[in-house]
Amino acid sequence: MRLTQFARKQRVTIIAGIAAFQTIIVLLQLWLFTATMETFLAGHQETELPAALASLVCFALNGGLFFYLRGLER
Amino acid sequence: MPEENSEIISVAPDGKPPKQQPAWRKDFPLDWPEDEYRSRRGFVAFLMLTSAAFLAGQFWILLIQARRKAGAQPSVKEIASVAELTVGQSKLFEYPNPGNHCILIRLSETNFVAYGQKCSHLSCPVLPRPDLGRMHCPCHDGWFDIRTGEPVAGPPRRPLPRVGLEVRDGKVFANGYVEGVI
Repeated sequence: MRLTQFARKQRVTIIAGIAAFQTIIVLLQLWLFTATMETFLAGHQETELPAALASLVCFALNGGLFFYLRGLER
Repeated sequence: MPEENSEIISVAPDGKPPKQQPAWRKDFPLDWPEDEYRSRRGFVAFLMLTSAAFLAGQFWILLIQARRKAGAQPSVKEIASVAELTVGQSKLFEYPNPGNHCILIRLSETNFVAYGQKCSHLSCPVLPRPDLGRMHCPCHDGWFDIRTGEPVAGPPRRPLPRVGLEVRDGKVFANGYVEGVI
C-alpha cells in the first residue's frame, strides 16, 4: 500500500510511530557507544566487537524503517 | 464532514494545483497535517544520521583497538636507577612517547610501581600519597590504591593505566603496558 493512499492524519500517525521506534533504537545505540567507550578506556577488549555488531543491527533496523517509509511515499 | 474536510488541500497563493507547485513548496506546506508530516519526516532523517554517527563511532573504536593490537608493545626504556629513589619517593618520566607522562613510585626496597599520570576520570595529573597508600587526583578528589591503581574513592571508576616494570642491574626499566591506555 502506498502512503498517499492513507488519510493525511493516518500518515502522521504512521510516521510518528516510526520516529518513536527509531528514537528507542538510537537511544540503545547511545548506550552501547558510551558503554563501549568506557570499557575501551579501561583497557578491556571483549565488548567492542559484539557492541559494534549490535550497533550495526540497530542501524540496519533504522535503515529498514526509513526505506519502508520511503517505499510507502512512492 | 470533518474527515473529508481534513483531506482538502489548501490552495497555494499562486492558485496552481499541487502538482504544478515548485519543489520547495513540499517543505513549506500550508495545511497542518502535511506540516506535521514534513516535520516528523525531517526528524526521522535526522535520527538516521544520528544512528549512522553512532555506528561510525563503534567502528572507530574497533579500528583503534585493531591498530593497537597490530602495533608492537612499546620498547623497553630505562626510567630510573634503583639508588635514585628511596622508599616512598616517586619520579616522573615520559613513556612510551614524549608527552605521555607517567609516575614511578618505590613502595618498598624491592617493589616499584608505575602508572600513567592522567586520572581515569577527566585526565588531571594524579599525585602519589605513599603515606596514605593512595594516589590522589586533586581536581575532583579522586583516590586510587597505590599498589594496584584501582579506584577507591571519588568520581573515578576505572583504574589508572599501569606501566610494566623490570628491575635489573640496579636500574628500573619500563617494558610496556600492563593495563589500560596511557
